[in-house]
Amino acid sequence: METSTVTRIAELAKLAIAPAECPHYAEELTQILAMIEQMNAVDTAAVTPLAHPLQLTQRLRADQVTELDQRELFQQSAPLTREGFYLVPRVIE
Amino acid sequence: MLWEIVIGLEIHTQLATSSKIFSGAATAFGAPPNTQACAIDLGLPGVLPVLNAEAVRCAVRFGQAINAHIAEYSIFARKNYFYPDLPKGYQISQYEHPIVGRGAVEIVLDDGTLKTIGITRAHLEEDAGKSVHEDGLFDAIAINDAATGLRYSGIDLNRAGTPLLEIVSEPDLRSPHEAVAYARKIHQLVRWIGISDGNMQEGSFRMDANISLRPLGATQLGTRAEIKNINSFRFLQRALEYEIDRQRELLEDGGVVIQETRLYDSVKDETRSMRSKEEANDYRYFPDPDLLPVALDPAFVNAVAAELPELPDALRQRLQLEYSLTAADAISITASQATAAYFNQLVQQIGDAKLVANWMNAALAAALNKAAIEISASPVSAHQLAALLARVQDQTISATSAKQVFEAMWAGEENGDAERIIAARGLRQISDEAALIAIIDAVIAANSQQVAQYRSGKDKLFGFFVGQVMKQTRGQANPAQVNALLEMRLRTD
Repeated sequence: METSTVTRIAELAKLAIAPAECPHYAEELTQILAMIEQMNAVDTAAVTPLAHPLQLTQRLRADQVTELDQRELFQQSAPLTREGFYLVPRVIE
Repeated sequence: MLWEIVIGLEIHTQLATSSKIFSGAATAFGAPPNTQACAIDLGLPGVLPVLNAEAVRCAVRFGQAINAHIAEYSIFARKNYFYPDLPKGYQISQYEHPIVGRGAVEIVLDDGTLKTIGITRAHLEEDAGKSVHEDGLFDAIAINDAATGLRYSGIDLNRAGTPLLEIVSEPDLRSPHEAVAYARKIHQLVRWIGISDGNMQEGSFRMDANISLRPLGATQLGTRAEIKNINSFRFLQRALEYEIDRQRELLEDGGVVIQETRLYDSVKDETRSMRSKEEANDYRYFPDPDLLPVALDPAFVNAVAAELPELPDALRQRLQLEYSLTAADAISITASQATAAYFNQLVQQIGDAKLVANWMNAALAAALNKAAIEISASPVSAHQLAALLARVQDQTISATSAKQVFEAMWAGEENGDAERIIAARGLRQISDEAALIAIIDAVIAANSQQVAQYRSGKDKLFGFFVGQVMKQTRGQANPAQVNALLEMRLRTD
């Protein structure tokens, strides 16, 4: 794996990785990919893809409002709130 | 060079459920920020999503209405990306196995012919929250926050988890006009079958457009741009027109179109590229381990189909056949269930479908349009309009007076009672033959010069006599009767 790929994955995953660390991660990830290559070699043509390990189907709930407003409680754990909004560092422009 | 325009639309429509797709929080629009965002919507640790049965039913209902294959098994997947209004870091959506498969709708082109537009799929997903970036709103905090000097965005998660049905069309649309016709068709359909209120101001119906150009006759698609988050049909038309010009100029100058996401700015009337950072998405879809596959019992699917009302296309064809209405009339009458119901009630009361269609598509449509209200909020009810049309039918009032009465009804005069307005304004048409003859004879006697001219061949003067009679009767004479009687009295001496 190229170090540039490591940089891109880090960006997508919002991970701060120092350029100096990239070669190290590239090497480790390459080893993981080798293992995946090995798994890819298994013939799965006749195997149905598994969406979930449990052989069950989704239960549905009735369309009813059951949750009351707990904004005050939830906002106690937020670093910054104003007028009911959660505040985050400005995300555009 | 001649170019072929290729457009596909992705439409996000909010489903009309009371609670969220995966939680029991309310979905009502306009609540104070974050008062309808529960632990599941906030993505707090340890919570689990539970699927709303009504959202599933809405999706199946839509699938049935477009004649689509309904998946026996469908799967929810996580679409991963970072944005502050998406607290979990992923959106629960469907990827490989959507609930609704391939279907189609028909649009009516300008020349009256029908065109079938393929629908690739429709899938269920949750909406994200809203970010508020308005200048100045949270800046006061920044000023006080001298340590960082940061500016802030406000996050409201009330919308987070609202059920959406994303409807993806095939690239079958060949002009902005067709794209708008298709979008309107979907808008009509989701409201008709009651799965969405389709309120565009409130964001219940949002469109993304994929658009590319290719040399006419080419079979391979050109590189497309995606225009995101268009919330009106007018903006859809304008954004596509702008984008077609941009791509055409680019291609004719020997350039290439870059595959990218663009935003339409309605103020500047242009599309512009989103910054590359926002574009750097790799969603890493995978099946959501918190949700099991959704299995639909064929009996349930059939029951949903059985509950569907007569669909607008079928009703349109039936109206054209049964009442000999024009396609244009039938299309406006089937705009919504409310319009169709209004029409039905009127026809039942007064019978003449053509007269009803004319009034609904002219005077009523114009008044509704001017007041920017839906027919369900019309101050003139079908019952009230029927009372007016009955008086037009029996010639109690003239067509001109009828318009006056309608305006008075619209303004709420006499409680919108046609009879009382006609009486109060003295609009009753004079159809009494003896009375009309007396007036006509008086007019003839008073204008002997014109009578002589008319009798010596100046036919054009006929209009003058009609005008005089109308003046004498303050416009209340039955025009057809006046014409017939005048001709008779002017001929004989």
